[in-house]
Amino acid sequence: MARILSQTKSAAVNPLKSSQPLGAALAFLGVEGAMPLFHGSQGCTSFALVLFVRHFKEAIPLQTTAMDEVTTILGGADNLEEAILNLKVRTKPKLIGVCTTALVETRGEDCARDIADIRLKHAQEIAGTEIVLANTPDFDGAIEEGWAKAVTAMIEGITRPGDQVRQSKKIAILPGWNLTVADIEHLREMVESFGLKPVILPDVSGSLDGTVPDRWVTTTYGGTSVEDIRELGTAEHCIAIGEHMRRPAEVLQKLTGVPYVLFQSLTGLKGADRFVSLLSSISGTSVPAGVRRRRGQLQDALLDGHFHFGGKKIAIAAEPDQLYQLASFFVGMGSEIAAAVATTDMSKILEKVPAQSVQIGDLGDLEALAASADLLVTHSHGRQAAQRLGIPLMRVGFPVFDRLGSQHKLTILYQGTRDLIFEVANIFQANQHAPTPEALDPFRKREMPDELLSSPLARH
Amino acid sequence: MSSLSAKIQDVFNEPACDRNRGKDAKARKEGCSKPLTPGAAAGGCAFDGAKIVLQPITDVAHLVHAPLACEGNSWDNRGAASSGATLWRTSFTTDLTELDVVMGQGERKLFKAIREIKETYAPSAIFVYSTCVTALIGDDIEAVCKRAGEKFGLAVVPVNAPGLAGSKNLGNKLAAEALLDHVIGTVEPDDAGPHDINIIGEFNLSGEFWLVKPLLDRLGIRVRACIPGDARFLDVASAHRARAAMMVCSTALINLGRKMEERWDIPFFEGSFYGITDTSQALRNIAELLVRKGADREILNRTQTLIAVEEAIAWRKLEGYRRRLQGKRVLLNTGGVKSWSVVHALMEIGMEIVGTSVKKSTVEDKERIKQILRDDNHMFEQMAARDLYAMLSEHKADIMLSGGRTQFIALKAKTPWLDINQERQHPYAGYDGMVELVRQIDLAIHNPIWFQVREPAPWDCQPAVEDELPGTKSETATLHAVQEVAGTTAGDCGAC
Repeated sequence: MARILSQTKSAAVNPLKSSQPLGAALAFLGVEGAMPLFHGSQGCTSFALVLFVRHFKEAIPLQTTAMDEVTTILGGADNLEEAILNLKVRTKPKLIGVCTTALVETRGEDCARDIADIRLKHAQEIAGTEIVLANTPDFDGAIEEGWAKAVTAMIEGITRPGDQVRQSKKIAILPGWNLTVADIEHLREMVESFGLKPVILPDVSGSLDGTVPDRWVTTTYGGTSVEDIRELGTAEHCIAIGEHMRRPAEVLQKLTGVPYVLFQSLTGLKGADRFVSLLSSISGTSVPAGVRRRRGQLQDALLDGHFHFGGKKIAIAAEPDQLYQLASFFVGMGSEIAAAVATTDMSKILEKVPAQSVQIGDLGDLEALAASADLLVTHSHGRQAAQRLGIPLMRVGFPVFDRLGSQHKLTILYQGTRDLIFEVANIFQANQHAPTPEALDPFRKREMPDELLSSPLARH
Repeated sequence: MSSLSAKIQDVFNEPACDRNRGKDAKARKEGCSKPLTPGAAAGGCAFDGAKIVLQPITDVAHLVHAPLACEGNSWDNRGAASSGATLWRTSFTTDLTELDVVMGQGERKLFKAIREIKETYAPSAIFVYSTCVTALIGDDIEAVCKRAGEKFGLAVVPVNAPGLAGSKNLGNKLAAEALLDHVIGTVEPDDAGPHDINIIGEFNLSGEFWLVKPLLDRLGIRVRACIPGDARFLDVASAHRARAAMMVCSTALINLGRKMEERWDIPFFEGSFYGITDTSQALRNIAELLVRKGADREILNRTQTLIAVEEAIAWRKLEGYRRRLQGKRVLLNTGGVKSWSVVHALMEIGMEIVGTSVKKSTVEDKERIKQILRDDNHMFEQMAARDLYAMLSEHKADIMLSGGRTQFIALKAKTPWLDINQERQHPYAGYDGMVELVRQIDLAIHNPIWFQVREPAPWDCQPAVEDELPGTKSETATLHAVQEVAGTTAGDCGAC
């Protein structure tokens, strides 16, 4: 069990975290026709927006209630009302996902009440648009919490409650934020290959997969439909992926009785085996030949790849579930976790991270802990630390702004694990240091016995 | 080709070769090359062997006179390391085309290639390798090299070892002949001293000689030339002024050692830097040879002191692995282990040798195997891939140490494997190298992937799954069970 070391510094040095409302917005972006709305000052939105754009290289719909000095003093309800009405008129979204920020939360706004009032007051004007609220102050949590809160809010706000007639082939899937577009696509294909019908919430594969639509769309295009969210209660089972998705899955179960299975990680042979077995038992069909083939490929990748992992020291900084996912992956390949840094201490998964300890902290902590590591694993902001330390960087998570295509990288199930093995092995191969006499000198770290040192024959 | 066949006869008739000594006059005349079986042959050609021996000389431009394949398919494939020049890693070939061959333009193209290299790279020397095609069309590379050398004022060395001449091993020896004929003794050093030695047949793979050289430095012994690992042309050219030599890989370069002894009175011994006792013995032998050649006797004591200290440190480090490796079974499949002290060290920390190939071993080697293993049942000439796979699949060994060729037999049989041949990534020479070898064995055997890859797919072992899911009749119970399993699995995976 990893010891969780809480943050003791006052100054965060090179932050690891992205804010909680950003995580919530990301979840809303996985819904079709959605418009995330930050309830806060303009800057809250624009910083998040810029980061999204740098990561996804896409136009991202994200709006702000544009709180200013006056509204901050007098209350933000009017701004919220105005923003919702404006968005409704201009972009006709099917969903407005309100994410609060530290500003309005600090002020102590009762946003739920405000939204209820707006619904009453403008019932006709906003008909056809769901308004969902996620309380996501920046001063708490990070992407994981924001994402989970938004999903929970959508289930609580949209899904029809009560026991319903179940469709035997329908599976609700609640993926964690750390699954990429490629992961979601792969997940869907995998589930479908068993004759099952997946409903994935949120589904960023439909909205953030970087296609070129034939018209200009101001909201998201693609993603989970609001109708599908409403009908989640008719699913036979629910599969949640990542510890942070436990809460949304529990809420769904409580509301509709749909039972859930939680996978803390789908990376690695074991996790994939469990997932595939579960699909097989739910669907009553045998495992398709293609999936068996992928399993064989992963076995071979394990064999070919493990030479590069054995004994390597890995330093990872990531959100808790991703930290667990990657640390387990590396340890499963024979590496050791030299440093594990997480964004927040709010997740139970941290105790299971296969490392001596998990430091709650920032990239400054990572840099301090990673001096002897062979590989840094974190998002793009880790690149300067990597350069200073002379250690290669594997880019994971969010944001990845200096490499293209991170959303299309597969990281789960047989194929994703296989790809991860190759990616890491290739990083190691690309960064092999040519041996030097100095590095190999057996005396480099050793004092010589005096009688040898003082000899006239020793010439150096 | 007449001079080439004379050379081949000459290297085959090697008086210092154990095997050759064991033959009668007739067999000796037939030479060592066994006729290959088409369709069932393996191993490199003479050109390959020659290039392996010479290419690690770092400040030389190695120019392969051939159509593309000879160099194009083989360059940048070995892990020798350089402490300075990197020119040896740049690949040069005349890349002969059909037109060149038909029109007989090979020699002219070669001459021009030499000029271009000289002008662009200013190398210390250029080594020119003949190959099958250029030998066949009769290009006289010796004449071209001579002419080019005179014209450009540069050492241009012909290496006459076309692939069709024979095996890789023959190529090794022909390369040595090229050094003897054209390089060694061409430069007089101005700093020859009483503690100068040559190391012959050390390739500095993964830089492993650098694990040993500091030991020699401590003793005040200077390596005049290490041939060929991390060598410079001038080192090799002035190697004839060394007082003694150590022959590391006698199979490859025995003729070089013997002829240097004949010509320049440089006594040599055969030794190895693999394993603790062998490393110590090598240091002792070097010191003794130097004393025999007039060095101060004091060096013997110094050597003993160093050995005592270094051995103690190495054994202490190895002891740390005993708990993890005791009783683990090793299969050696290397074509012939030269260094028995590696085997000795592995056994010393409690590992068991369950088999070793003796394909390239001499009679003497086999005797040592019997002595060390106390059982000759563990010896095999050569094992067919299928048999090897079967043996490993049945888990009759915990790890196989071999070269890259049998790597996938081990991996597909889901057995740990460690490369101890030339493609390996880790330095294993000297005291530290032995510790590194054991560390790598430990890493390979204990890598957690072995549990994963050996486990059958869950749907292939249905009974076990059902065991895990009691009460499959009740759907909620099933799901609950799966849920528990799913929740814990990932965690278990991390812990193993």
